[in-house]
Amino acid sequence: MLKFRLYVAGGTSNSMQAIANFKVICAQHLSDRYELEIVDVIREPERALADGILMTPTLVKIAPAPITRIIGTLSQAHATTLHALGLEAHVA
Amino acid sequence: MTSPRTTLGRPKSSTPKAPTGIIGFDEITGGGLPRGRTTLLVGGPGSGKTVFALQFLAHGAECKEPGIFVAFEETADRIITNVEGFGGALGDLRRKNLYFMDAKPTPDLVQSGDFDLTGMIAALDAQMKTMKAGRIAFDALDIVLALLPDATARRREVFRLHEWLSGRGITSLITAKAERGTSRGDQPFGFMQFMVDCAVTLNHSVVMGVSQRNIRVQKYRGSGFDENESPFLIGSRGVEVARALGRVDAEITDERVSSGVKRLDTMLEGGYYRGASVLITGFPGTAKTTLSGAFAEAACQRGERTMFVSFDSDGNEVIRNLASVGIKLDRFVKSGVLQVISARTITGSAETYLVRIKTLSTEHKARCLVIDPVSTLSKSGNELTAHSVAERLIDWSKAAGITLVCTSLLDEIASQSEGGSPLQISTLADTWIHLNYLVQAGERNRGMSIIKSRGTAHSNQVRELILSDAGVTLADIYTAGGEVLMGTLRWEKESAERLATEVGEVAGKLKRVRLDAEEAELEVRLKSLQVELEAKQVEKALLVRTTATRERELSGGRSRMRELRGGDATKTPEVTTQ
Repeated sequence: MLKFRLYVAGGTSNSMQAIANFKVICAQHLSDRYELEIVDVIREPERALADGILMTPTLVKIAPAPITRIIGTLSQAHATTLHALGLEAHVA
Repeated sequence: MTSPRTTLGRPKSSTPKAPTGIIGFDEITGGGLPRGRTTLLVGGPGSGKTVFALQFLAHGAECKEPGIFVAFEETADRIITNVEGFGGALGDLRRKNLYFMDAKPTPDLVQSGDFDLTGMIAALDAQMKTMKAGRIAFDALDIVLALLPDATARRREVFRLHEWLSGRGITSLITAKAERGTSRGDQPFGFMQFMVDCAVTLNHSVVMGVSQRNIRVQKYRGSGFDENESPFLIGSRGVEVARALGRVDAEITDERVSSGVKRLDTMLEGGYYRGASVLITGFPGTAKTTLSGAFAEAACQRGERTMFVSFDSDGNEVIRNLASVGIKLDRFVKSGVLQVISARTITGSAETYLVRIKTLSTEHKARCLVIDPVSTLSKSGNELTAHSVAERLIDWSKAAGITLVCTSLLDEIASQSEGGSPLQISTLADTWIHLNYLVQAGERNRGMSIIKSRGTAHSNQVRELILSDAGVTLADIYTAGGEVLMGTLRWEKESAERLATEVGEVAGKLKRVRLDAEEAELEVRLKSLQVELEAKQVEKALLVRTTATRERELSGGRSRMRELRGGDATKTPEVTTQ
């Protein structure tokens, strides 16, 4: 099972785009084999502080190891994003 | 008495300030960074941005203003370790009320598309409220800005940050790197210069192999500031900015301190003024050190804490050399009154020297300071700054009420006349004593004259400076036929004069005796003539009397004879009286 956490900042456009883009990626490549938690740093700044999240949006792949981080709207080519997350193997 | 001095061109500001605790910086900005506003600090690599930012926070923490440090370039731990060697406010950052946020982007960070700093701002906002932070510093904000895809995004994020900072009213400092050779507009922080309320630039350059650091306040909304570049250095307590001139009013006293040479005190009508700066110029070997040593000894004898900074030789050497002319300083070193510093151990720019001298003499609580020679400041690579350093040295010693005696070496080739000192501090010094050689009749002798002494009448005479194991003495010199006589010639002249006086005295005596004799002789002659006259008079009287008697006798005899002859004889009227 893949575990992701997406840190967003309220309803800012970058964050909204990131959520949308990530959902597209998941729908296309991961079907239902993933868990996603969305953290709003404006509502929970302590978590951002504790997790060292400075830039929003930030996507963190928690499992499987290694933990990887990707910042931005995830708008670039899907291949780049998938490669960065080490997801090529999971792509059907 | 203090004289009120108006500072020129410095409007009084009402902007509240947050002191940085950085020596000198608070003075040039009139109190520190603008409170509740944002300051941009720009500088090249190694220009001292991080140290500056840390000092700003550390001082805040000491003033009950907790602070947050956001580290973009290095991990917080490394930064703290790096500054642990510093003293002062930077001493133990770990124990201060400071929060360090590691914001260094990890090398494996992948970026896909646009992002913003809302996360950081939200996190900082929470932290700020928790610890009631009053100050925040962003170290190397350019690092994170460089990750943003375009200039528009960079501008947007800086604006976002600035908005948040302004809204919270926190005193903030943002540092950014300045790249050499790029125009301001191209730099990611170019527009920040316009946005912030205060902008400060740090420069680090190498002139003739000597490192020179300068700080300049570029803008400061709502406050006057010193617009010029001020030299600074990173000393043992962090950034120390050399204070600009004319900021302090010195206590003026009429008290005199002895120069250590009795006759020199007389020439100056009592000695140097307390707190004055005295410049002794001269060619090598004209006894500059000796004269300043005499001053130090006199100060120690009065029990005043004194510091002797020698650029020429080792401390012990100075003491030994001065002992040879009867200036015994070792006892004062032992008692702790005197501190002899060999400044050869200090390396670096003229600024470094100044700061070290200031620190050391403050620690020693020196009331009298000797710097021998101050001209070392202008050695290779420091020509540009040395003058201002010397000026500030004099200003500082005045403000601290320290009587300063500096010697300055003159280049023998440059000017045989009484030329200005290379640092041109002769105009600033209160008293200027010039030592010179006079080469004459195969010998060199030292001459001393007072070129100026502010506020005191002083002798215009050139004096010969004589060094002996009994100390330093001054002697009159002889001027003969427009030439100045010193040394042996002076001695010759002196002995010749002594001889001449003696001869004159004897001759006078002799003449009187002779006149006495003549007088006596004349008196004797007068007496004998009188006696002779008397004798003649007696003789003459006798003669008259005899003649009369004889005539009487004769006429009596003739009548008698006539009587005896009877009257037949013819009249013989004349009979000679034979």
